[in-house]
Amino acid sequence: MSRAATRKKKRLYIALLGLISLGTATALVLTAFEDNLVFFYSPTDIAEKGLTPEQYVRIGGLVEEGSVRQLGDSRIAFRVTDMAHSIPVTYTGILPDLFREGQGVVAQGSIGDDGATFVAREVLARHDENYMPAEVAEALKASGEWRPESGQPPPR
Amino acid sequence: MSRAATTVGESRSLHRFANPARFVRIADAVYPWALAGMAVSFLIGLYLALFASPADYQQGDTVRIMYVHVPAAWMALFVYATMAAGSASYLIWRHPLGVVAAKAAAPVGAVFTFLALATGSLWGKPMWGTWWVWDARLTSVLILFFLYLGYIALMNAFENAERGQKAASLLCLVGVVNLPIIKFSVDWWNTLHQPASVSRIGTPAIHESMLWPLGLMALAFTLYFLVVLITRMKSELLGARLRALGAAAAEGR
Repeated sequence: MSRAATRKKKRLYIALLGLISLGTATALVLTAFEDNLVFFYSPTDIAEKGLTPEQYVRIGGLVEEGSVRQLGDSRIAFRVTDMAHSIPVTYTGILPDLFREGQGVVAQGSIGDDGATFVAREVLARHDENYMPAEVAEALKASGEWRPESGQPPPR
Repeated sequence: MSRAATTVGESRSLHRFANPARFVRIADAVYPWALAGMAVSFLIGLYLALFASPADYQQGDTVRIMYVHVPAAWMALFVYATMAAGSASYLIWRHPLGVVAAKAAAPVGAVFTFLALATGSLWGKPMWGTWWVWDARLTSVLILFFLYLGYIALMNAFENAERGQKAASLLCLVGVVNLPIIKFSVDWWNTLHQPASVSRIGTPAIHESMLWPLGLMALAFTLYFLVVLITRMKSELLGARLRALGAAAAEGR
């Protein structure tokens, strides 16, 4: 084998080895820091871990159907659910356009003094991956093929 | 003996595609078709995306931002993957065309990434209620943008052009770990950003009437990249030839 070809082989192996080690190291770091990489906790996570009033966290899930109540001056109460557990939330302020029952939501705040209600300081809407025209959504709902309140994606 | 002969044969067959003169011939043949395809797909794609496609049942007309945002984000990843392939072929097999291609692609990829970040931010304010959050998807794409900028800076940071090329190519290869992180960030961790709609297993979660304009816009963006890449690579090669001729003339004097 010529010397140039040997050097090329060697460089190829070094590059492959380097990429594999780098990938492994990154995977280990990301796994170790998983708790800090999630943007929000689901109600199930919270049920497992528990929350103290000092912890300032984000919780996320769907706005439970029929749970939104106006409490007077731009104060609102609703429940965040992941279909397994749900958490009552109160919030004072302006809500994003996409905030509605059955849609995704992320609330940032902490557990209130009663130890059960989550007092949100900021509420963000979360959009799901479904895109469709209004007429199609209406037709699917009218025919009963899709019930958005079930939390299931629309049929294809 | 026979082993040496096959290796030489192999490297010659690989070098066929790395020959600048042959590249210019192929590029010149492809260029008008790419340009025409780009113009047509942009015209039809933009018309469908901005006027003819329906409004979304949740987002209303804001959904139209998606027709720019999603192709730009795809291209941000695709251009980086192209650059990584070019950098690897340069570092391992010393193909000069690899680094020329990567160098020519870098600013285009940076612009695509910026476009994805900016349009995403414009969509996020009305829909999410915030311009920016530090979730895994948004943060990893911002890192991709800095990788592009770092590559461009490193390429031009050295007096000796070859040292810059080697350093930047190495950075480009290291940055490849970020690509799967960007792609799978929405599946691995809870993010504010929604999961993939088109490439998910099974059927896409986008209605057909919205998938067509998205596909055409993606085609238009890809052809745009091809057109700009060819132009930039050719000018880079011409520049190198001019410098070589200048050096030869100065020596002959």
